[in-house]
Amino acid sequence: MASGSIRVAETPFVSYLLRRADDALVLGHRLSEWCGHAPMMEEEMALANMGLDLIGQARALYGHAGAVEAAGHDEDDFAYLRDERGYRNLLLVEQRNGDFARTIVRQFLYAAFAEPYWRAMMASRDATLAAIAAKAEKEMTYHVRHCAEWIVRLGDGTAESRTRTIAALTDLWPFTGELFEVDEGDRAVIADGIGIDPETLRVPWRRTVAHVLAEAGLEVPKEGFMRNGGRIGRHSEHLGHLLAEMQYLQRSMPGENW
Amino acid sequence: MYTQALNAGPEAAERTIEDAAILARFQERIDAEERIEPNDFMPAAYRKTLIRQISQHAHSEIVGMLPEGNWITRAPSLRRKAALLAKVQDECGHGLYLYAAAETLGVSREELIDQLLSGKAKYSSIFNYPTLSWADIGAIGWLVDGAAIMNQIPLCRCSYGPYARAMIRVCKEESFHQRQGYEIMLALVRGSEAQREMAQDALNRWWWPCLMMFGPPDADSRHSEASTRWKIKRFSNDELRQKFVDATVPQARYLGLTIPDPDLRFNEETGHWDYGAIDWEEFRQVIAGNGPCNADRMAARRKAHEDGAWVREAACAHAAKSRVRAAA
Repeated sequence: MASGSIRVAETPFVSYLLRRADDALVLGHRLSEWCGHAPMMEEEMALANMGLDLIGQARALYGHAGAVEAAGHDEDDFAYLRDERGYRNLLLVEQRNGDFARTIVRQFLYAAFAEPYWRAMMASRDATLAAIAAKAEKEMTYHVRHCAEWIVRLGDGTAESRTRTIAALTDLWPFTGELFEVDEGDRAVIADGIGIDPETLRVPWRRTVAHVLAEAGLEVPKEGFMRNGGRIGRHSEHLGHLLAEMQYLQRSMPGENW
Repeated sequence: MYTQALNAGPEAAERTIEDAAILARFQERIDAEERIEPNDFMPAAYRKTLIRQISQHAHSEIVGMLPEGNWITRAPSLRRKAALLAKVQDECGHGLYLYAAAETLGVSREELIDQLLSGKAKYSSIFNYPTLSWADIGAIGWLVDGAAIMNQIPLCRCSYGPYARAMIRVCKEESFHQRQGYEIMLALVRGSEAQREMAQDALNRWWWPCLMMFGPPDADSRHSEASTRWKIKRFSNDELRQKFVDATVPQARYLGLTIPDPDLRFNEETGHWDYGAIDWEEFRQVIAGNGPCNADRMAARRKAHEDGAWVREAACAHAAKSRVRAAA
């Protein structure tokens, strides 16, 4: 397709893949926004590393979605030629970077879920997805470790770092409910042995979060209202700006090879 | 003990008595192509020259992240996005181990970064030019990294061991970066008319600033004589510039792009490409802070440093508390 947005035949399996791919791409893109502006050189490299892991995961997942959909769409079609209503990522990952505490808390809340998720997905009946999972699981283990170390430093460090970290946790907590959301399509993919039920990850996720926050001297936020909508394309206002920037060249000079 | 100078810093080194015999012995080691290591004797001026050069190089890597970082979020494909992010990450890595190499000479990374942020230290003039289109990312990889490689390959044989060793890895990565840039240009010139125009425009804007990267003409170069004697510098500015032009002209022709120099012609007698007059006034202005992006680059570096202060303080506070808890 030379211009405009693509139309995706969203079977349950294609949607399932795009949801994971979009999570990875949007979060990877957010991390890449830090490049050149991080608090220290070591962290500059770590943020880029985590971003690269996620962009790599997204590419593998889009590639697989293209093969499953069998409509000739490649990774760039999915990334650059869908508008925000076509994106299926969690609201959590599209939230703006904010300060370093906010970026780390967002990354931690996601990674603490993604690590056990991909570990479980290594047993997927779909061989490609199982292979993607094997790589992603190793990467997310590192993300959890790195972010956990920072949450402890920030929680324990100074009054300012503690205040900022608590604010980030409070603001981002309502986006964590969506991690465990499934719809009918997902249930079909889970029933086929291709996907896994995220409900089974709730306990391990909470255990990781509670353990790290305790070490940081921080409290787990109280349960309350949870936001959702990302999985069906109802996003926050932030995603549109992210995509406008990311898709600018593909949209302004459509159909070119780069 | 001359080796004390390492820990005491360059000021103390300057107070060191450097009698003629010791200096002669040092020069003999240089002439014999021995590597000078951090704990070896070195004249204060040698140390000072290296600190200046290595830190300028480190600053250039860090400031150089900004013009390319400008396109990471707008890269036109996921493959390009990943490659560019990885490349800019490499540049940060270069900065990090160059600061580490400078630290072996008795200065701290913090001091050097303060010198950059206060405007006391310089960085490469090239990073004060803007990246206005995606083709600029290709041009930077091809030309800026190409010029950097010309400069840095001889530095792999620099007399100071830590710098020379750092350069070996840096050059390997820069070579990859250059191919990455050239490949972007290739895709553009093989694309649409608009893409070819974009590529030519990038070459038009980056060509002359790249020639300036090698520094002032030999006749005006302030630091060259001692650096050459100490084998920090193996080729003169003009020699390196000529090598770059000779290597780049055929590459531009292969791309079907025109180098923006009406005086460029092959000299049958010398076997080199003769090029037109460089606008050294532009170079002086950029070095003096009046380039298109000097103010933006410094503002971005200062903002990152200031915004990150609370994070660095938190990390230090946590480390201090952890030490106390471990001791208790």
